[in-house]
Amino acid sequence: MFLSDALPLAASASNLLAAREQMAFTLGFHIVLSCIGVALPATILVANYIGLKKGDEAALELARRWSKAMAVTFAVGAVTGTVLSFEFGLLWPQFEHRFGSVFGIAFAIEGIFFFLEAIFLAIYIYGWKRLSGWAHFWAGVPMVITGIGGAFAVVAANSWMNQPQGFTLNAAGKVVDVEPLKVLFNPATGYEVPHMILAAYMVVGFLVASIYAVGMLKGRRDRLHRLGLLIPLTIGLIATPIQLFVGDTAARGVADHQPAKFAGMECIQETGGHQTEYVGGICTGDGVKGAIPIPDLDSLLVGFSADTKVIGLEDIPVDERPPANALLHLAFDAMVGIGSALLLLGLWVAFAWWKRRDIPQTRWFLRAVAASGAGAILALWCGWIVTEVGRQPWIVQGYMRTSEAVTEADGIWFSFGLVLLLYATIGTIAVKVLRGMSRRWREGEAEPEGTPYAPPVETS
Amino acid sequence: MSKADAAAAILWVGATFYALFGGADFGGGFWDLIAGDAETGERPRALIQRSLTPVWEANHVWLIFILVVLWTAFPPAFSAIFTTLYAPIALAALGIVLRGAGFAFRKSIEGLSGRRAAGATFALSSVLTPFFMGAVVGAIAAGNVPAAGNGDAFSTWLQPLPLLTGAMFVATGAYLSAVFLVGDARRAGEEDLERYFVRRALAAAAVAGVAAAFGLVELHAEARYVFDRLVDQGLPLVIFSALCGVGLLTLLLRRSPGRHPTPDGGDRPGGSRLMRPLAAGAVVAVIWGWGVAQFPYLLPTSLRIDQAAAPDPTLVTVFIVFAAAAVLVLPSLGLLYTLSQRDLLEAEH
Repeated sequence: MFLSDALPLAASASNLLAAREQMAFTLGFHIVLSCIGVALPATILVANYIGLKKGDEAALELARRWSKAMAVTFAVGAVTGTVLSFEFGLLWPQFEHRFGSVFGIAFAIEGIFFFLEAIFLAIYIYGWKRLSGWAHFWAGVPMVITGIGGAFAVVAANSWMNQPQGFTLNAAGKVVDVEPLKVLFNPATGYEVPHMILAAYMVVGFLVASIYAVGMLKGRRDRLHRLGLLIPLTIGLIATPIQLFVGDTAARGVADHQPAKFAGMECIQETGGHQTEYVGGICTGDGVKGAIPIPDLDSLLVGFSADTKVIGLEDIPVDERPPANALLHLAFDAMVGIGSALLLLGLWVAFAWWKRRDIPQTRWFLRAVAASGAGAILALWCGWIVTEVGRQPWIVQGYMRTSEAVTEADGIWFSFGLVLLLYATIGTIAVKVLRGMSRRWREGEAEPEGTPYAPPVETS
Repeated sequence: MSKADAAAAILWVGATFYALFGGADFGGGFWDLIAGDAETGERPRALIQRSLTPVWEANHVWLIFILVVLWTAFPPAFSAIFTTLYAPIALAALGIVLRGAGFAFRKSIEGLSGRRAAGATFALSSVLTPFFMGAVVGAIAAGNVPAAGNGDAFSTWLQPLPLLTGAMFVATGAYLSAVFLVGDARRAGEEDLERYFVRRALAAAAVAGVAAAFGLVELHAEARYVFDRLVDQGLPLVIFSALCGVGLLTLLLRRSPGRHPTPDGGDRPGGSRLMRPLAAGAVVAVIWGWGVAQFPYLLPTSLRIDQAAAPDPTLVTVFIVFAAAAVLVLPSLGLLYTLSQRDLLEAEH
């Protein structure tokens, strides 16, 4: 806090790094919870629907359990999401100062969706006992719609940072006019929004399925586990091929609109046609080391022709190049690689189902599903790194640098340290709580009774 | 009314809802904190838990609404406040995280010690969070936030008025919460708890009243512009607030210890049904009194509402969003509260 007073020049560069680290960390934490908030309601309602329609007790029990888990993840997600709203002011005050009137439009809309989601989520989660079956089911449906609506609004805001439009600046750089629809429906909205919503469904589908795959590997092969694996896995597997298509479109969009980001993630040094696609490897200034090169493929992917010209980093001014191309390239390839592996998993299931009306009966299949949850989350983080790190050094592409947006406040490293500690603790406890729930359900134990500070109340 | 003024009014509507419902939730945490050891505090804590569980997240969203409307409709005010008062704001954010996580975990974590730690985290941060929020509001009202931002990180809020405002936020939340809990206890048929919270509502009202009186003195000393308008244009609201307060005190005293409910256990005519509206009325009038007293400034006396306002299309978007909230969110909230008040939402499933 006081050190930076002595070093005023170093302070803002240091603040920039600390603020970026804190933002990346808090967003990375929250993005998993928000995916759960977007896609878990639909997963729960599918189980709920099956349970009600077919009188399937196991399906109803799954829906009940998942909604109890959602009560925990939603609570933590609500507060970590609030932190992000605070961080816009605490870490990036100049961004809000200049562009709040534009950027905020999508967030104002998101507020409505989040409000409705919180309300109907509460009615659904706490309505199991006293509301009648179908009334309760329908009370849950708004959660699905508002989850998707909220994701649209938040991601539209992020798309706008990548593809800003719909505003007029005066000579002093102040926003003097705004076209809200152009802000919301900027060129990146069309691919970023579906890409994120599908990612949410993939994360939830594979994550929940992976939990039941682990249970089945431990020998729990009852109907509850089979359904607990099948329902979310089906959702994840349906989302995957659509996601690969949307992702491919997104990459072309980035190549068109943000050539610097595209050059960074594909590690393209020189502008021209016949660009080689490098699979994996470490991106350096003299090309990719240790990659599998596929000649012409990159040009083909961008423009469906080997002659397609792709802009290389050499044509991007040095101070406008993304800062960490090795990370970008690896993150991009990891995302695509994991997505492709999940597609193969889907083909495996489809084949087995076509042959025998059942999931593959080998432990290797269960192991693959068990790994798919962590894989989907990793792919999610990688995609987010590509979007956010790839946009650097801009906070609003072409209009405002991240370094211009950062706060001059003291103590950002301190706050980052505190946030690390706090979130690590909360994350650990959340996982512990969820595992404890799962153990109690398995052992048929009752929920802990009594009030928080007190020993369990005697129940007669 | 100009578009900018209307947007400021929307901001105040959000603040009103947050103060009433979010404030009461904080107050619940305060009563939880001081409810005593495990045995003594068990039943009040259980009642607080039941009342808060289904609604606190929805109530919390008003805070996000306020933040978003502030940065969208009045970006320079948002950045000026956040670059100056970042210390209490960051502490409030920390409190929000601890409180939400503590509340979510304390019911479901395994082991008594873990639940105690989570419960204490929830309760303690329920007191610290509104205190720092109050300090922020007090610092704004005192005119300590320069329009250009980057005001002093400490001297802007470590002053009597902001700190008193923080204390007033805590006391007001506790007072609202106790009044709400009186009704919840009555509905649950727990007469002793009803009396328990009547006593606490009276105590909190007294503390809030004393803090408000000192606050007025400090307002006179530190925020002359706001004080002058408060006792002039704002006077009807101040009187209305005081009348609500006196009315509520009368009702509370009639139910206080030593007096017993009517033999059939029924309501005194009109009594309890008026308690919540009176409590709410007292708080709402103060919030709008503050707004009237600050007018036309967002940051007295350096940034006017019209100077800080975003371009018209953005303000119109905020109006549309607000209309959508009125049509969609308010009835849904009403449904949530109705289901909750009719005990159709079970906290312990």
